[in-house]
Amino acid sequence: MQVSSRGPGEPRRVAYLYILPALLVFGLFVLVPLARTAQFSLYEWNGLGSSTWAGLSNYRDVFTEPQLRGAFVHALVLIVFYAVIPVTLGLLLAAAMSRAVLRGMGFFRVVLFLPQVIPMVVVAIAWRQIYEPNGPLNDVLRFVGLDSLARPWLGDYTWALPSVGIVGTWVGTGLCLVLFLAGMSRIPRELYEAARLDGAGPFREFRAITLPSLRGEMAVALTLTVIAALKTFDLVYVMTSGGPGTETTVPSYQVYNNAFLLGRVGIATALAVVLTLIVFVATVLINRVGERGER
Amino acid sequence: MISRGERLANYAVLALFAVIAVFPVLLILQTALSNDQIGGGGSFHFENFADAWDQGHFGSYLRTSIVVAILVVGLSTLFSVLAGYAFGTMRFRGSEVLFYVILLGIMVPAEALVIALYFDLRELGLTNTLVAIVMPQVAQSTAFGTFWMRAYFRGSSREVVEAARLDGAGHWATLWRILVPMGRPAVTTMIVLIFMWTWNEFLIPLIMATDESLRTAPLGLAFFQGQYTSGTALLAAGATLVALPVVVLYLFLQRHFIRGMVEGAVK
Repeated sequence: MQVSSRGPGEPRRVAYLYILPALLVFGLFVLVPLARTAQFSLYEWNGLGSSTWAGLSNYRDVFTEPQLRGAFVHALVLIVFYAVIPVTLGLLLAAAMSRAVLRGMGFFRVVLFLPQVIPMVVVAIAWRQIYEPNGPLNDVLRFVGLDSLARPWLGDYTWALPSVGIVGTWVGTGLCLVLFLAGMSRIPRELYEAARLDGAGPFREFRAITLPSLRGEMAVALTLTVIAALKTFDLVYVMTSGGPGTETTVPSYQVYNNAFLLGRVGIATALAVVLTLIVFVATVLINRVGERGER
Repeated sequence: MISRGERLANYAVLALFAVIAVFPVLLILQTALSNDQIGGGGSFHFENFADAWDQGHFGSYLRTSIVVAILVVGLSTLFSVLAGYAFGTMRFRGSEVLFYVILLGIMVPAEALVIALYFDLRELGLTNTLVAIVMPQVAQSTAFGTFWMRAYFRGSSREVVEAARLDGAGHWATLWRILVPMGRPAVTTMIVLIFMWTWNEFLIPLIMATDESLRTAPLGLAFFQGQYTSGTALLAAGATLVALPVVVLYLFLQRHFIRGMVEGAVK
């Protein structure tokens, strides 16, 4: 009999009993629905009557129908607000603070991380109020004499999407800052001292030491924020319902909209499949880059 | 050593971002305590919370959320500990493949499950039941939890396990009497994360709860705000009630929240 090299050495078959509940629930509520989603995406169905085979035409629609394609374009814009800006901002701030050993970091960490734990619906309601025509944002603009900039932000065709995006920036920046500050505190001081003896300026210090050392943290930050951007739903549902027009629709919102409001279940599931593939590719790519840096 | 000026500048930057982080929260709190009616006296209007609880039905939404959270956290914690134990300490045929399938499941967005699941459960007459709201979340949380607990069990000391075995403890007793108590920090972090995800979940209850009786707190809040203009005291009071449980838990267990989200960045 083969002796297992680790573990309590119990009969190996008992392992199947231990994983049975997890596999059962996982199979029934993840694998089966996933397969059914893929199957639905090949049919045309309004959710009630009979369905007709559609081949890949739903997928063609996802990529050609302007409103559906637009949702993915909006998701790209949101990635800038949710991921690119917070990561850049977090890096710059963390780098600027790298030399200090600050007291009271525990307090700041708790406060900066707070936006991550608040239910998105609550976040959306708070920001809706901020963006109101007579809300705090416009009050401030009028107070400093920029009356011409004041507007109903979420009803504005140009500004609605960036306004939603800024909320993502608000949610993500604290996370990035907390992550990077923790990462920087692990970089040995001697590295910086050695670099300075070699005559490196702050910019070279940042490129040669800070950036490579934070690769792992950057991968974590990007994974969390990019996926959050791609899966945005609650925020759009509560703040704008995709409007004005279709200026703030996102893939998840179009999945919901097509399945339950427009009665296009095939299109909705095809969209969901495409979104899932994008999430997979994004996760794998980000973590590849992150791992390569650690070697 | 850094100069006094630089230290001050660092604090100024941190303080600025801290203010930005709490401003929307304080705005909601202030609105929740404000006076909607003309002519009412006093400065803090705590009665808004009572009104939101009764008239806004937030009492009932919160009850549903608590039931859902208990079921999801309880079931997925149990399933995850069991599965993580097997994947982390035992060798069996197919373990690698099965584990990767579960790992893949962590990445699947709920959007790719709920549409098909809704129509299939409707066939079975199961939409608008707790099963429909709870089980998809149990499945997703178990995928994450299995991954999380496997990492803990792999790292657990083999000497301790061997010693338990020499004392005559079987695999079941080793798990519950030794490894789980020893791994309380890891289990707590997992529970905290699953609770937060469940409490904040919106899409699954939105699709599965077709009438008001099963609305969870975030869902109830979203429908409530659809009926009223924003900026009202009642809406803000409702929002406060919905956020309160998870924020209070966060204040007490913030290390677990931060550690979990940073280390378990797969979800």
